[in-house]
Amino acid sequence: MYETVVGLEVHLQLSTKTKLFCGCRTTFGAPPNSQTCPVCLGLPGVLPVLNRQAFEWGIRVAAAFDCEIAPVMKFDRKQYFYPDLPKNYQISQFDQPLAQHGHLDIPVGGQAKRIRIRRIHLEEDAGKLLHEAHQTDTFVDLNRAGVPLLEIVSEPDLRTSEETYQYLVDLKAVLQYLDVSSCDMEKGSLRCDTNVSLRKAGAAELGARVEIKNLNSFRAVKQALEYEIRRQTLALEKQERIVQETRLWDAKKLLTTPMRSKEEAADYRYFPEPDLVPFTISREVVERAKQALPELPAQRRARFEASYQLSAYDAGVLTQDRTLADLFEGAVKTYAKPKPIANWIMGDLSAYLNAQNLAVGDVKLRPEWLGHLLQLIDAGTISGKMAKELFQEMVRRGVDPAELVKEGGLRQIVDEGALERIAEQIIAANPQSVDAYAKGKMNALMFLVGQAMKQTQGKANPQQMTEMLKRKLEKTHPTRNAVDEREVRS
Amino acid sequence: MASGELASKTIHELLDLFEKKQASSEEVLDDVLSRIEQHNPKVHAYLESPDPDRMRQQLRDQWKASPSGRLRGIPITIKDNICSTGVEVSCASRILKGFRSPYDATVIERLRREGAVIIPRANMDEFAFGSSTENSAFGGTVNPRSKEGDARVPGGSSGGSAAAVAGDLAIAALGSDTGGSIRQPASFCGIVGLKPTYGRVSRYGLVAFASSLDQIGPLTKDARDAAILLSVIAGHDPRDSTSAPNKVPDYEAALDRLPKDVTIGLPTLPSKGLERNVEARVQEAVKVLGLSTVPIELENIGQSIATYYVIATAEASSNLARFDGVRYGARANGGSLMDMYLDTRSQGFGAEAKRRILLGTYVLSQGYYDAYYLQGMKVRTLIKRDFDEAFKQCSVIAMPTSPTVAFRPGEKMEDPLQMYLSDIYTISANLAGIPAISICCGSDADRLPIGLQLLAPPFREDLLLQIAHAYEQKANWPTLRASLRVPH
Repeated sequence: MYETVVGLEVHLQLSTKTKLFCGCRTTFGAPPNSQTCPVCLGLPGVLPVLNRQAFEWGIRVAAAFDCEIAPVMKFDRKQYFYPDLPKNYQISQFDQPLAQHGHLDIPVGGQAKRIRIRRIHLEEDAGKLLHEAHQTDTFVDLNRAGVPLLEIVSEPDLRTSEETYQYLVDLKAVLQYLDVSSCDMEKGSLRCDTNVSLRKAGAAELGARVEIKNLNSFRAVKQALEYEIRRQTLALEKQERIVQETRLWDAKKLLTTPMRSKEEAADYRYFPEPDLVPFTISREVVERAKQALPELPAQRRARFEASYQLSAYDAGVLTQDRTLADLFEGAVKTYAKPKPIANWIMGDLSAYLNAQNLAVGDVKLRPEWLGHLLQLIDAGTISGKMAKELFQEMVRRGVDPAELVKEGGLRQIVDEGALERIAEQIIAANPQSVDAYAKGKMNALMFLVGQAMKQTQGKANPQQMTEMLKRKLEKTHPTRNAVDEREVRS
Repeated sequence: MASGELASKTIHELLDLFEKKQASSEEVLDDVLSRIEQHNPKVHAYLESPDPDRMRQQLRDQWKASPSGRLRGIPITIKDNICSTGVEVSCASRILKGFRSPYDATVIERLRREGAVIIPRANMDEFAFGSSTENSAFGGTVNPRSKEGDARVPGGSSGGSAAAVAGDLAIAALGSDTGGSIRQPASFCGIVGLKPTYGRVSRYGLVAFASSLDQIGPLTKDARDAAILLSVIAGHDPRDSTSAPNKVPDYEAALDRLPKDVTIGLPTLPSKGLERNVEARVQEAVKVLGLSTVPIELENIGQSIATYYVIATAEASSNLARFDGVRYGARANGGSLMDMYLDTRSQGFGAEAKRRILLGTYVLSQGYYDAYYLQGMKVRTLIKRDFDEAFKQCSVIAMPTSPTVAFRPGEKMEDPLQMYLSDIYTISANLAGIPAISICCGSDADRLPIGLQLLAPPFREDLLLQIAHAYEQKANWPTLRASLRVPH
C-alpha cells in the first residue's frame, strides 16, 4: 500500500488597482501592452517602487492563515531568460518570505485536519506570450507583467485528492473573504501547481516528487492527482523508479505528460534586489492587519449553525462563498425564517447560476428581495409554483418581486367578483362535466378547476377557485351528497 | 569676447556675465557648439555632434520654461547612460544602438527645471565598464590635457563627460560613478568630480551598472560649479526607493563656511603602483590646506578591488540581462529564440561587458554564491565599518584619486587586472556608500593633471565642497588651471 503526499503552490493575483512596482492599471482583458510603462516594460534605467496596498494585503492574507510575519521585508531577484519577463529576472522573495508557518484547518471525515502553510511571499507576475493561429511570429503582451502575486506554499500535509480539493476550496473561500483577489482560475488570478509523491505506508521519507502544471480548475487538480496516483502506483508496483520531474496536465486526454526533469532544473541565481531597500515590518502594521481581519469562513460557518439553527452542511455551503453568505444574512433580516431562505439559495438560486454558468456576484439580487418573495408566498399572494417563476424573473431582470407582482400579470386572482365570472364561464362551457358533477363524480370538479386555472394562466388562487366553482354548481346542479348535506344541516 | 572664451567659463562666471548683460546664453551656446565642431572629431568626447538648430531651439524653450533657473542657458552634457526623452541612450554599446528613451531621468528633469541646456551623449566605457573610455563600442576619447603627439586616455568610465568639461566642449557635465567613474576621469582631466553619498541623487533614468554602487554626480571646472550642480540634482525621488529623504542644503551658499576644527585623516594605503609625482602632489596639497591631520587605518581597504569585482559584476550580470533583443535595441535574427538571445548578446556586447557578465553570473551561481557574493557582502560591511571608525578620528579622509596620471591608450587594455587597479583608491567610497570628491592638485612633468581625493561621512558633501573650495583659493586655482593644456 502506498501513501500519497501532496503539497500545493498557489499563485494568487492581488486585485490592487495598480501593479506591484509601478502605477500601471491591472484591468484584465485590456488591449495588449496598453497597460504598460517604462518600469514594467523593463526599459533601461527604470526602478521599482513597492505598492503599499499589495504589501498590506500580503500581510492581511498572512494574518488570516495565522502565519509568522517576517520582521523585515526583503526582495530578491530570480533570474531566468524568457520573453514574457521584461527584465529577465523576476522580483520575488527567496530566503526571507513575507510570512511562514501558517495553517488552514479543513474538514476531513467530519473532523478538522490542520494543513500547514510553509510560506507566503510577494512577487511580480510575468507577461503573456500570444501565439496567433495565422501567424508564425509570437507576440508579447506585457499588461500582466508586474501584477502583484502572492505565492502560498503548503507543507506536504495533504494525503488524498479529496483533501487537496477541499484545501483549495477552503483556501479560496478564505481569500475571497479577505477581498484581495478575484480568485478566478479562468482569468488566471488564481493558479495552482501541485507536487505529488508516493511512499510506502508508514515510511518516513518522501518519495520522488512530481510537479504537475497547467491545472486550470480545482477539478483538474483533483483529476490530475487521481491520474498521477494511479500512474505512480502502477510504476512502483512494477518496481520502477519514479522520475523527479515536472509534468503537464492534459485536460482533454485526462492525463499528464513529462515537461522537464529536475536534472535540467534552472539555477535562478537568486540575490538580494538592490533597487529595493529592505525595511522593517512594524508590529503595529501586523497588529492592525490582525485587528482588521473580517470574520472568516470557518467562524461564519460555526455562527450560522448556532444562530440560524442550520445543519452543518447548509452552513458549510452558504459560507463557502462570501457573497452567498451575505445574501443569506441579508435576506434573514427581512424574513426571519432562515431555513426556507437557505433552501431557496441552495436550491433555485444555485440551479439558476449553474444553468446560466454564472457566479452569485454576477446577478443583481438584493437580499431583501428574497425576503419579499417568501413574504408573498406566506401572504398567499402567490402560489409556490408562481414563486418559482417569479424568482427566475427576479434574478433575470434584477427587480424586486414585490414590484413584479404590482407590475401585474403575476398576481393571483383573489377578487371574488372576478373568480365568480370565471366560474360562470367555465360552467357554461363544460356542460358534460357539470352533468357528471351532478351525478356525484368529484373528479369532474377537479377537471373544472383545472380548466379555470388554464384559462387564467395559473393566476387564480386554486383554493378560492375550487370553493367558488363548488358554490356555483351547488346552486344549479346540487349533487346527491350536497342534498344529503343540506338535509343533515336542516 | 574671443572665440572659446565663453566656453572656458564656469557656470557661476557665466551667470555673472548674464547678470551684467556682458554675455548672452545664445553666445555661450554658439561658442560651445563651435568648439565641439572644431575639436570633437579629435577629442571624441561626444558620440554624436549636437545639431545646432535643435540646441538653439532647446535654449529658447528653456528660457521660456525657466527664465530664472539656477542653470538658465548653461550648456551641460550628460553621460550616454542617462535617459533623456527622445534622445538616443546607447551606453556606448552596440546592443542599445538606436534606442531612444521615452522618458526623462530624474536628474534630467531637475536640470531642465533650472533652465540647463542639455548636450546629449558624452562618450563612456560601454555600460560604464572601464577606466579609460577605451571600452566604448564607438571609439575612445582623447584626454584634452594630452601633449600633441602623446595622446592619453581621459580616464573612465565618464571619460567623455570629463573630456568635454576639460576641453571646454561643455560648461559642466554629469557622469556616473560606480567605482570611481567620475573621480578618476576628473583626476586625469584636471577638473572637479564629485561622487555623492549613495542615495543622495536619484538613480531613476540612469542605466544601471551595479545598482548598490551607482551614483550620478557632477564633473565641473571648479568646486563652486560642483556645489551648484549638486544642489540642483540632489534630493529625494519617490521613483527611486534607494534615494534618501535627507534635506538638501544649498551647497553653494555654504561654500565659505568651512568649520575651523576640520581634521584630515591620512590612511596608510596600498602603495603598489603609486606614482611618486602623484604621491608628492597629494601630500603638498594636504599641506596647502593647512588643516590638522591625523594618521588613520582602513584595515580592509586592500580587499576593495576583489570585493568590488564580485558585487559589481554580480549586479551587472543581472542588470544587463534585459538587453536581449526582444523589446528594444539591436536584435540579431537567430533561428530559434535561444539563437536570437545568443546572437544578439554575442554581437551586441563588447569584450569587457562579456567578461563582467560571465564573472557576475559565476559568482551568483549555485554552489558559489556563499563563497563569493555572500563573502563579498561581508567584506563590504567590514570596509564600511573601517570608515565609520576612521570618521570618529577625522572629519574627512585624503588620498590620491588614482595611483597614476592619465596613461596611454592601449597601455592597460591587454591586462584587465592592471586596468582594475586604476580604481584602487576610488572603489572603497562606493562600497561604503560615502561621498568623495576629486580636485586637481597640480600636474606632473608632462603637465598631466593629478587628483586629490577627499572622502567624507555620508551626506557631508557640504564639507567636501568647502574643503575643495578652500584649496582652490589657497592654491590659486585659476593659475593652476591655466597651466593645463586645452585644445586650440
